[in-house]
Amino acid sequence: MDQITKLLAITLGAILANNFIFSQFLGICPFLGVSKKVDTAVGMGIAVTFVMGLASAITYAVSKFVLVPFELEYMQTVAFILVIAALVQFIEMFLQKSMPSLYTALGVYLPLITTNCAVLGVALLNIQEGYNFIESVVYGITGGIGFLVAIVLFASIRERLVFAEYPKSFEGFPIALVTAGLMALAFMGFSGLKIW
Amino acid sequence: MNIGRQLKEGLITQNPVLVQMLGLCSTMAITTSIMNGLGMGVSVLIILTASNVVISAIRKIVPDKIRIAMFIVVIAGFVTCVDLLLQAFVPAIAESLGVFIPLIVVNCIILGRAESFSYKNGVAGSFFDGIFQGLGYTAVLLAMCFIRELLGAGTLAGVRIIPEQFPVGVLTLPVGGFLVLGFLIAAMQWALSKSKEGK
Repeated sequence: MDQITKLLAITLGAILANNFIFSQFLGICPFLGVSKKVDTAVGMGIAVTFVMGLASAITYAVSKFVLVPFELEYMQTVAFILVIAALVQFIEMFLQKSMPSLYTALGVYLPLITTNCAVLGVALLNIQEGYNFIESVVYGITGGIGFLVAIVLFASIRERLVFAEYPKSFEGFPIALVTAGLMALAFMGFSGLKIW
Repeated sequence: MNIGRQLKEGLITQNPVLVQMLGLCSTMAITTSIMNGLGMGVSVLIILTASNVVISAIRKIVPDKIRIAMFIVVIAGFVTCVDLLLQAFVPAIAESLGVFIPLIVVNCIILGRAESFSYKNGVAGSFFDGIFQGLGYTAVLLAMCFIRELLGAGTLAGVRIIPEQFPVGVLTLPVGGFLVLGFLIAAMQWALSKSKEGK
C-alpha cells in the first residue's frame, strides 16, 4: 500500500508539481527547438518518454550491478552518458528494422535525444533520490509524460503566437521564453498539490 | 585567427547563450545567486577550454563517423574531474548546483563548440575560443544572477541590499528564470539590430 502511494506521489510530482520543464529546467533545448508545430511536438514527446523510461531502467541496472559493486561511482556521469548514447543508437536501428512507420514518424528527433538533458537528468536523479527499480522506471516514464504534456501545450500556444502582435526585438526565442514563463507560473499552482 | 575578433564574437556577436541559444537549461536553473552563477560559469569555462584543446589536438586521428562519441567521452572525463574537485574544495557550491554539474556533459555549448570550432581549427585558436565563449557564458550567467538575486531575494552574494519586505520573490522561482532570460535575449536582439542600423 505504501508502495502504491509512493508511486502515485512520484507520478503526480513528475507530471505536474515538479514538471521537468517548468520547475526543474531539464530538457529546455528540445522544448524550445521542436515546439513550432503540434504534431512534431507530439512525436518528440513520445520519443522522449520512451527513451526516458528505458534509460531509467538500464542506468539503474548499470549503477546497481556494475558501478556500485566495483566501487566505480565516480564514473557515473561517463558511464550513463555512454549508455544513453548507445541506447538511443540501438533504439534507432531497432525501430528502423522492425517498426519503420514509427521510425519515420519520429525521424530526426531520435538522435537529438542523446543530448537531451532530461534523459541524463532523470538517470542521475534516480540515483540521487535512492529510488528502487520500479520507482526509477515510473519516474522516468512519468517524467517523460510531463515533458510531453508541457511541449504539446507549449506548441499549441506557439502556433497561435504567430498571429500575435509584439515588439520586433521579441521575435523568436524571447517571446517563446516569456510564454514559457507564464506557463511555468500556471504550473506553479500544482505545487500546492501535496499527498505525501 | 584574430584574437580580438574571437573575443568580440564570444562576448557579444556570437554570445553562446544570448545569440546562439545554447546551454539554456543551466542558464535558467542555477542563476538564483551570484555565487552559484560564478561557480557554474567558471566550471563551464574550464571544461570548455580543456575539451576544446584536447579535441583540437586529436582531431586528425579521430575518424569522422565516431567523432560525436569521442567528443562526449572527452567532455564527460573533464566534467567528472571538475565535479570531484568542486565536491572536495567547495562543497557548498557543489551542493547547490547539484545535478547540473554532471549535466554539463550534455550542455550544448560544449558539444556545439567542439563540432563547429575545435574540430576544424588549431590548438591555440581552440584554446582562446574556449576561454572567450566561456567568458560570454559566464557574463550572461552573472547578469541573470544579478537581476534575479537583487530583485528576487533582495541580496547580492548573500549581503542584504533591499529590505526583506520589498523583493519580488517570484523572480527567484523558475518563472523568473524564463522571464529574465526572455527579456535579456530581447534586449540583445534590440542592441544588435540597432548597431546594424548605425553602420
